[in-house]
Amino acid sequence: MKHLYPFVTGLLFAVGLGLGGMTRPEKIIGFLDVGGAWDASLIFVMGGALLVYLPFVQWPRRASPALARQLGPRQGPIDRALVGGAAIFGVGWGLSGLCPGPAIVALAGGQPALYLFVACLFLGLALGRRWAPG
Amino acid sequence: MTASSAGWALLGGMMIGVASALLLWGIGRSAGVSGIAAGLLSFGSAPGRERDWAWRAEFMAGLLAGGLLLRWWMPGALGVPALSLGILALAGLLVGFGARLGGGCTSGHGICGLGRLSRRSLVAVPVFMVTAMITVALVRYLGMRG
Repeated sequence: MKHLYPFVTGLLFAVGLGLGGMTRPEKIIGFLDVGGAWDASLIFVMGGALLVYLPFVQWPRRASPALARQLGPRQGPIDRALVGGAAIFGVGWGLSGLCPGPAIVALAGGQPALYLFVACLFLGLALGRRWAPG
Repeated sequence: MTASSAGWALLGGMMIGVASALLLWGIGRSAGVSGIAAGLLSFGSAPGRERDWAWRAEFMAGLLAGGLLLRWWMPGALGVPALSLGILALAGLLVGFGARLGGGCTSGHGICGLGRLSRRSLVAVPVFMVTAMITVALVRYLGMRG
């Protein structure tokens, strides 16, 4: 049961991504392509996710100080690593229309291009560790 | 986009929200995929926030299983980027490296971080959104997209 739980949440997460169109890179590019025909799907997906997740996090924080400590945001600095990392991520995301979640889900489609992308993604994660603070 | 596709997007998003909430409620972990993946690479290292290989592998297995479901039930749900292999490899590297350096990705910062009203995420999200938009515009301008 304990091992099934994260599996089921991953499965639900993946189906949500798929239903939301996020496993189709052209939909992400369509959102990021502010000059062209604009696809607002990402906004609805993120909005839908936050509609559920934000109250879920915020309500217990108000209800209990102990929970508040546990659920509080990571108290890290807003530093060059954060901004630089986000910018670098943005370039990769803008080039491919893929970020980690959808890319891993899309592996199930059996396309070699995705295998390449995800392999390089993991390599990037490993390399990033040397540079990441803490 | 049509009203029905907006509806599906909203529903899909809510499912992601529910999944993330379940993960937080059940095992106290954030559903930031880059962080979960990064932790998989760190198994065996000193105790810290990156250990606990099992739940990460199980979550990833769930992602893949979900992908298989999508492949069978929603033809066309799983797309492929229209890019040369070289650019695709570079993009993967940048996404992984950037996510590690910046401490999160679209699910980590965009959903979990914003859900917590984290200042770091309130900075990271606009930064990656804007750089991604600029990248798309540049790619269009340079005619790179296949």
